[in-house]
Amino acid sequence: MSSRDFERSMPEAGHHLRRKKGWWSYTHLDAWMLFLLFLLCSFGLFVLYSASGQDVDYVIRQAVRIGAGFIVLVVLAQFSPRILIRWAPWVYAAGVILLLAVMFFGVGAKGAQRWIALPGFRFQPSEIMKLILPLMIACYIAGRSLPPSFKHCIVSLVLIGLPTVLIMKQPDLGTSLLIAASGVFVMLFSGIRWRYILGALGVAAAALPGLWMVMKDYQRQRVLTFLDPESDPLGSGWNIIQSKTAIGSGGTWGKGWLGGTQSQLDFLPESHTDFIIAVIAEELGLFGVLLLLSLYILIIGRGLWMATRVPDSFGRLVAGSIVLTFFVYVFVNIGMVSGLLPVVGVPLPMISYGGTSIVTLMAGFGILMSVHSHKQMVMR
Amino acid sequence: MSQFERLKDHSQESRTFCFRALLAFMVVLLLIGVLLGRLYYLQVMQYDRYAAMSEKNRVQLQPVAPTRGLIYDTNGVLLADNRPSYSVTLLKEEVGKELDATLAELQRIIEISDKDIERFKKRLNQRRRPYETVPVRFRLTEEEIAKLAINYHRLPGIQVEADLIRYYPYGESLVHAMGYVGRINEKELKASDPKAYAGTHYIGKLGVEKFYESILHGSVGMQKVETNARGRVMRVLERTDPIPGKDLQLHIDLKLQQITEKLVQGEKASIVAIDPATGGILALVSTPGYDPNLFVTGISSKDYSALRDSPDLPLFNRALRGRYPPGSTIKPVIGLAAIDSESVPPTHSVWDPGFFTLTKGGRKYRDWKRGGHGKVNMKLAFAQSCDVWFYDAGYRMGVDPMSDYLGRFGFGRVTSLDLPEALAAILPSREWKRRARKLPWYPGDSLNLSIGQGFLLTTPLQLATAATVLANRGKWVQPKLLKGIRDRNEEGKVSINMPEIPNATSYPEDVKLKHPEYWELIVDNMVEVVHGKRGTARKIGLDAQYQIAGKTGTAQVVGIKQDERYDASALSKRFHDHALFLAFAPADKPRIALAVIVENGGGGSSTAAPLARKVMDAYLLGIDPNAEQDVALGVAHE
Repeated sequence: MSSRDFERSMPEAGHHLRRKKGWWSYTHLDAWMLFLLFLLCSFGLFVLYSASGQDVDYVIRQAVRIGAGFIVLVVLAQFSPRILIRWAPWVYAAGVILLLAVMFFGVGAKGAQRWIALPGFRFQPSEIMKLILPLMIACYIAGRSLPPSFKHCIVSLVLIGLPTVLIMKQPDLGTSLLIAASGVFVMLFSGIRWRYILGALGVAAAALPGLWMVMKDYQRQRVLTFLDPESDPLGSGWNIIQSKTAIGSGGTWGKGWLGGTQSQLDFLPESHTDFIIAVIAEELGLFGVLLLLSLYILIIGRGLWMATRVPDSFGRLVAGSIVLTFFVYVFVNIGMVSGLLPVVGVPLPMISYGGTSIVTLMAGFGILMSVHSHKQMVMR
Repeated sequence: MSQFERLKDHSQESRTFCFRALLAFMVVLLLIGVLLGRLYYLQVMQYDRYAAMSEKNRVQLQPVAPTRGLIYDTNGVLLADNRPSYSVTLLKEEVGKELDATLAELQRIIEISDKDIERFKKRLNQRRRPYETVPVRFRLTEEEIAKLAINYHRLPGIQVEADLIRYYPYGESLVHAMGYVGRINEKELKASDPKAYAGTHYIGKLGVEKFYESILHGSVGMQKVETNARGRVMRVLERTDPIPGKDLQLHIDLKLQQITEKLVQGEKASIVAIDPATGGILALVSTPGYDPNLFVTGISSKDYSALRDSPDLPLFNRALRGRYPPGSTIKPVIGLAAIDSESVPPTHSVWDPGFFTLTKGGRKYRDWKRGGHGKVNMKLAFAQSCDVWFYDAGYRMGVDPMSDYLGRFGFGRVTSLDLPEALAAILPSREWKRRARKLPWYPGDSLNLSIGQGFLLTTPLQLATAATVLANRGKWVQPKLLKGIRDRNEEGKVSINMPEIPNATSYPEDVKLKHPEYWELIVDNMVEVVHGKRGTARKIGLDAQYQIAGKTGTAQVVGIKQDERYDASALSKRFHDHALFLAFAPADKPRIALAVIVENGGGGSSTAAPLARKVMDAYLLGIDPNAEQDVALGVAHE
């Protein structure tokens, strides 16, 4: 421990050359990022009105959630990363225990146990894990000299693997892979050696058939449907055929807001949740999707830029992982709706209807802003 | 361990991170490029394909069934109507896997029998296109509709639909004359133009409804509709209205039909009355009948087996398909054949000892009257229906002239225009017997034929047709129900025009006699049957206000079958004779010709002739016999 204190007291070059302190720095918020997120959420509400079958109630409920998300963001941004580091192992342990509890006492639907029911409300421990895991891995790795040694890599992988396996057992393959990715991103950003990465890829490729073995029937069905949706056009292939039809028929400029027949006439399933990108593509065309993807690129770019400005490794790694995980959501969602990837239940960040995902994502951006704005931490 | 770790190099860590973050951003851009490429492929390159698929999803072409033409009687009384009826229907696409649960739930709400479910499933399998609703039960009551309405929200895919359904207000009175419509089945669908019947659920199954199907049906309309994913119609985009079927007017006189039906109520009987001027069928009765309304939406198997297994055979159309030995009613034609073929002179007379033998001491062909009629001329032979005179005449002319003349009166073939169920029955001849029985024609067969027994079988319609030809003195008019297509122009004026009927049944040429003066001779003899002092039907002639020409008949029965050899001793007494009567009136200017058959009714003169008189009274004088029924019964059983 003493050596660590010594390390942290080392002054870092260039850190005294800070920007002028503005009004925003007192809020610990990033104005650009807030503005981009606000634009994205507004765009989401605009599309949601159409996707929900022009139901104002949906828009209002979603707006309330977005508001709650922004509040969480602002609050988390105020927390010092030191608190996050101190609590990360304990919260991680609590998360794993909750996941175990889900396994034994959880409630759920459609053959999956995902929730813990407490008097008054119920929640998904796997959602919390999305935030905790990158914190835990970053906490573990950043405390040691970088790039991490082989041993630390193995320990990290175990720390990642534990919640991943538990969530996979629920079963919730999509979420478990996303969580695993958030942990792995921390490792990748930490400068892990390329030969480790290539080795891991080789092992992963070899493990694919094993993954097939542990998959549930419905998961296998999804993969098969992905490979050939036309094999069951009215059953499991219906969703993907209809979403591709919606996207394709939108053309370059779209059928116009509220004018999408696939979405307005209910041919497109889950049009306001996971498949909302198809509504955008149908009604606003390739142009609308381009607009949305530009927003995402700006957010990701800004996020990574912010990450590079973080003075300490822990903050950088956490920030980088949060931003990259955000992108993975975007990619997996659009990829699955357009038929590039098998259907996994991943919402389109900030756009899909649903509270949990928005609050979790906003919390992530809150952490991002926290590590970005609390520069004095290592200076002390 | 930690003591041996390398020192943290913060700037190196920062550089590594920056490098990897840049790398990550490149990968992000690359993957977004992949997504954009995919979307470009779908939205630009494959646009036409997906636009077409989306359009196919959204737009459905739906057939719109035309309204079926109505049927009126000769006076414009509505005989076949279309009435709104509500049925509960199911849309399979919306119900999905919950089919059985939904049906069970429906059964809890309204009365639906297991048979209904069975038939519903059959219809479901015969569905012609996706998103077509299938009826579960028809003819919902107001209460049932209300019960379903409050449960709608729990039953996705269930709907109450209004439809026009054929309704026959006079039920069983007209079923044998008009037939009925029923739900179209797979076989009929295959036989008809699938496009024309795309929206139609009903088709004529029997009678006029079947024969004039193409006129009554109309032409299908089409509408382009926008539907949602559950098949619910959101908007009509384009519509071509269907052309309703044309209305028909029949020759049937409902009032006469009802009076006639009432006369033979409770009997197994048939009466057919024809207007000799047009061939129009004024009344066509076959009792017992049945309610055609039961068949329109599908009869329950319980009702159907009750009808099918009834010993009175209500489903059997006696007027068109009942094959009866005509007995003595055939004698006017036989008599005409005998004198016109010059086999016997009109003045021919025979000694009737009560029987006739072909050879001395051979088989005795009995007269109906024990002891015989003594010396009999043609006039008396008609009046008294003397069998021996006709045996003698039949023997003298042989089978060929008899077959020939009977054929010219329409026996042994279908001559009617629009009665698709009509049977040809049997007109025996030498060739017929050789073909059907593999036996030569024996002289004894000729004797049987001459008094309307033996192989000859006729339907009531054929007898009425023969009466019509006799009434017209040989001039043929084709028996038919249709008076014409009923059109109403803008001013509301009704016009009735006979349509062109392709492949219409042919009918014989007019009967031309070598001696046309014989017509009046035969008619006079037939008048003698009713109005003569010794006429078998003299009772009905007593107080008649017009002259009737008729001929009674009493046919011996062995079921309806014919044994090869007719053996009286084998006859059980419980087989009563069929009573027959054939007539037209007024004799000089006939306005009605008819045939009456009462199965097991006893004698033609006692049972059938009084019925005929009442039908003629009703038609010619407008007397409703039901008003004075007591008197009428008195006459019948005097």
